[in-house]
Amino acid sequence: MDGRSLFDKILKIDRRWIFLLVGIAVVIPFFLPLGLPVVVTPPVQSLFDEVDRLPPNSQPLLMSIDYAPATLPELEPMSLAILRHAFERDVNVAVMTLHPAGYGLAERALLQAAEEYGMVYGEDYVFLGFQPGVSAVILSLGVNIRNVFPEDAYGTSLSQIPMMEGIRNFDDVPLAVTLAGWSAAEAWIYYAVEPYGQRVAAGVTAVMATDYYPYLGAGQLVGLLGGMRGAAEYEALIEHPDQGWRGMDSQSIIHMLIILLIVVGNVAYFVTGRKKKLVSQG
Amino acid sequence: MRRQIPLMLCFIAGVFTAVQYFIPHPAIQDFQERFLAWLMTLLAFAFLLGTVSLIRLHWHKIRNKADDRGYSFVALAGLLVMIGFGFFHPAHHSPGSPFNTLFQNVQVPIEATMFSLLAFYIASAAFRAFRARTMEATLLLVAATIVMLGRVPLGELIHEQIPIATRWILEVPNMASKRGIMIGVGLGMMATALKIVLGIERAWMGGGD
Repeated sequence: MDGRSLFDKILKIDRRWIFLLVGIAVVIPFFLPLGLPVVVTPPVQSLFDEVDRLPPNSQPLLMSIDYAPATLPELEPMSLAILRHAFERDVNVAVMTLHPAGYGLAERALLQAAEEYGMVYGEDYVFLGFQPGVSAVILSLGVNIRNVFPEDAYGTSLSQIPMMEGIRNFDDVPLAVTLAGWSAAEAWIYYAVEPYGQRVAAGVTAVMATDYYPYLGAGQLVGLLGGMRGAAEYEALIEHPDQGWRGMDSQSIIHMLIILLIVVGNVAYFVTGRKKKLVSQG
Repeated sequence: MRRQIPLMLCFIAGVFTAVQYFIPHPAIQDFQERFLAWLMTLLAFAFLLGTVSLIRLHWHKIRNKADDRGYSFVALAGLLVMIGFGFFHPAHHSPGSPFNTLFQNVQVPIEATMFSLLAFYIASAAFRAFRARTMEATLLLVAATIVMLGRVPLGELIHEQIPIATRWILEVPNMASKRGIMIGVGLGMMATALKIVLGIERAWMGGGD
């Protein structure tokens, strides 16, 4: 006779049922959007305010789009949101990358946002491309940008690009933003913030965001976006809901599902544990 | 001499890099600029080294008829196709080029999908392994639940204090513990760097005489 209780069966459930639940939870909001409002947190508001203060058609915002395809779903919404904010205010943008796979992703985000706002290459934005060497690149940018990027990604000399005229090094860059799923933000803090006093903000994955609160608290980062939630908050601030905001519905349901699974798992564990104890005691 | 020369170079480079930070003299800063340019060039060659190692690894698997050599065929084929388009196609860096098309439509979805699989495994692991067996584990679970709720809009709808509690957890105990860890790591990094520069730590040179 099979004496397994319901809780025993729950504890031994095939994990493919859990995978199915997760898949359903992710897909449902695509057909039944919840449209939940997103409340902005201070680290995101801080970055928004920094970009908002940048002067139009002047010294560029330097964006280092350093993520790889693996972290694209979390970080591309951030890059698009910041680019849209900058272009909306006619802030010049110079985009570079420290990751070899970031080249294609940086270009794609930049061209998408530039096309939406009718920006002109060379006057409103420039794509500097990729250079290996993380620490060496950042340190060299602080001395002379042309030491690292004598040309843009398409082979045009920086001296022939109107918006780069008079832009020599970090002294001429009011704000640098790094978006990365690895330790690029730390590299920017070590090699740009501390030696040169460069103002740096970061966008990182949700898992990594907790690591950067000390830098935020110490003022070494002037803003921080964490995961898709950070992107959603920034989209709310620029009033341009997109991938980040849409992803919040799925993320809400998934988080509730995981909490439910933890609760059910613990209840089942303690009930079956107590039952075994009663049985063993006689 | 095989070991003395690298140790000497390491010592000179390490000491110079540390000292130049405090010397604003133009001659020193100019030398530092050249030094950084050489460093970027060296690091570019590291990509070449990595590629050659990858090719050797998979070629050995194919030549030795290893059981999983099929994956090695695929890896080498992908590598050669991308190298071919990247080096020999005239407009390889333009947005519509075959190189870019393959990257955007093959590599990007594959890598994003692989990373997204984690969500399923996290849910399964949460169900099977997150048990409140001890006081510390219970505390961890409670904090994790609050943060998970606070980082999504649903948490704000459930109770207005949840996002506030989430922020407190991230900005107070999390920040405090991370600072402690970072100080420890920083001191360890300094000690290791000093040992390498002074030649006490020599593992980076590899084995043998």
